[in-house]
Amino acid sequence: MAIVPNPHKTTGFLGWIDDRFPLTKLWKDHLSEYYAPKNFNFWYYFGSLALLVLVNQLLTGIWLVMHYKPDAAQAWDSVEYIMRDVPWGNVLRYLHSTGASAFFIVVYLHMFRGLIYGSHRKPRELIWIFGCLIFLALMAEAFCGYVLPWGNMSFWGAQVIINLFGTIPFIGPDLVIWIQGDFIPADATLNRLFSFHVIALPFVLVGLVVAHLIALHEVGSNNPEGIDIKKHKDPVTHIPLDGIPFHPYYTVKDVVGVGVFLMIFLGIVFFAPDGGGYFLEKPNFTPANPLATPEHITPAWYFGAFYAMLRATPSFAGTQIWGVIVMGAAVVILFFLPWLDRSPVKSIRYKGPIFKLWVGAFVISFVLLNYYGMQPPSPTGTLISQLCTVVYFLFFLLMPIYTKREKTKPVPERVPHDAH
Amino acid sequence: MSNQGVDPGRRRFLTLTTSVVGGAGVVAAAWPFLASLKPSERAKALGAPVAIDISTAEAGQKITVAWRGKPVWVIKRTPEMLASLDKVTPSLLDPDSEARQQPDYIKGAARAIKPEVAVMIGSCTHLGCSPTFRPDHPAPDIDPNWQGGFYCPCHGSKFDLSGRVFKGVPAPLNLVIPPYHFASDTLVIVGEDPKGAA
Repeated sequence: MAIVPNPHKTTGFLGWIDDRFPLTKLWKDHLSEYYAPKNFNFWYYFGSLALLVLVNQLLTGIWLVMHYKPDAAQAWDSVEYIMRDVPWGNVLRYLHSTGASAFFIVVYLHMFRGLIYGSHRKPRELIWIFGCLIFLALMAEAFCGYVLPWGNMSFWGAQVIINLFGTIPFIGPDLVIWIQGDFIPADATLNRLFSFHVIALPFVLVGLVVAHLIALHEVGSNNPEGIDIKKHKDPVTHIPLDGIPFHPYYTVKDVVGVGVFLMIFLGIVFFAPDGGGYFLEKPNFTPANPLATPEHITPAWYFGAFYAMLRATPSFAGTQIWGVIVMGAAVVILFFLPWLDRSPVKSIRYKGPIFKLWVGAFVISFVLLNYYGMQPPSPTGTLISQLCTVVYFLFFLLMPIYTKREKTKPVPERVPHDAH
Repeated sequence: MSNQGVDPGRRRFLTLTTSVVGGAGVVAAAWPFLASLKPSERAKALGAPVAIDISTAEAGQKITVAWRGKPVWVIKRTPEMLASLDKVTPSLLDPDSEARQQPDYIKGAARAIKPEVAVMIGSCTHLGCSPTFRPDHPAPDIDPNWQGGFYCPCHGSKFDLSGRVFKGVPAPLNLVIPPYHFASDTLVIVGEDPKGAA
């Protein structure tokens, strides 16, 4: 049977492949002929950086598993073995542990970009939802990984997080035992978290990232102006007039971002791998001790805000589930953002001052929550956390009102020439 | 095989029954995966009672022993410590231990078989951290009226020297008292009710 020649008119080895597999088509669709708006700015680095960090985590993770022992009796020693005896083992581990913090920094900035430029608005709702699912999977992945060294903070962190499920009425206590596979976090718990961390969740994460990108390339990228570049296409080529091919224009731009990012990232890896006690917490430099909680227990910094909300919510009617509900709602509410924003314009550049004030209040609350989540409990801290929790939720819950009412500036048809 | 006269009713019935049988198969296949996560027989066997010798404990001292992997505290309380229990009653959430956080034979402010020996599980009823023993008072870093007790470093919950929770803290319940009895004056068996009580 004759093969239908491929439409790209490639010949030789590439032609042989293209007749059987859409290699050139994939390259064109997603890189050389994927037209992105020409006005991407600084904020657009963080998508490609997130991908870079993901690759770093996968690579260093694969190598760490070659030496790590998922066993409550051996895990701690195997991590110390990696740090002291395995050639370059300390660098591999620091790349992985710093990578976890870098992942959250990059992803938080990436999400903030979407928030201010309206990248979640129609028709990009699914991109945003896939992104929120990635964030959830990332939190689960980070928690599981945090437990693996089986240091004292690993152990008590696992205890606290798993006990969140114990607050569910009636089934809670049995659910906790089922999750742990024992009456306390123990060997069985460590093994299953290891399984999630290295097999189940990486599959989920990579799958979601692929879905995120497929959805993005289906509808096209948003931009800082929030202007739809597909409205004005060249009548002959059908290429958006304000679009430029992702490769080489944005691949080159992103390489610059990667360079700057790596300078900072590797600076931390080599000179301050514990990140001042925030990236690797001090109590985790002692082995797990089920009989003694560290004096001052905090989650990793990237969970600080959610932890502060948990702590700020008092128990009521004989149960402490309310804090867990508030914490969960703080993440779940992100999924609804595309429908909460009712503004006629996408980008913050054409929105009014009220939206800008709310974004400012939201950012300040989030930072303060993160800070107080890391501090020992205090009456002042609790009060400020409660206040910030309220602002965090009001930002989302009142959004349909203040975005709809506020007067916006007219959005131009085309990306302006003096665009920043 | 005839390629005419498709019977949609028959086709729908077959699709439905195949889906139901397939779905039941999926549920049945999921069972071993979910059940395998429960504690193993070995983990369950490690829950045996433990004996704690308190003959060497000083007055006012706390001993910590593991039972089922959880910290169990035995505190030899001084008369002054026992006197503090009544002073804090107004600020407690459940001073009479009405919530079932203790065996039926544990009653009163002392929450103990012998008032001078307190036994409790040292896991905060909030999220399971182990509170810090703070018999010292005054302790303005915890509470201006602190009379001695336990302070949870994780989320700031406070308990008195009988493990009764204070009002206005994240923990909703008093500390759990495990089943225990005295085999002799100085030997506490944790994990087993006294003879005749249960």
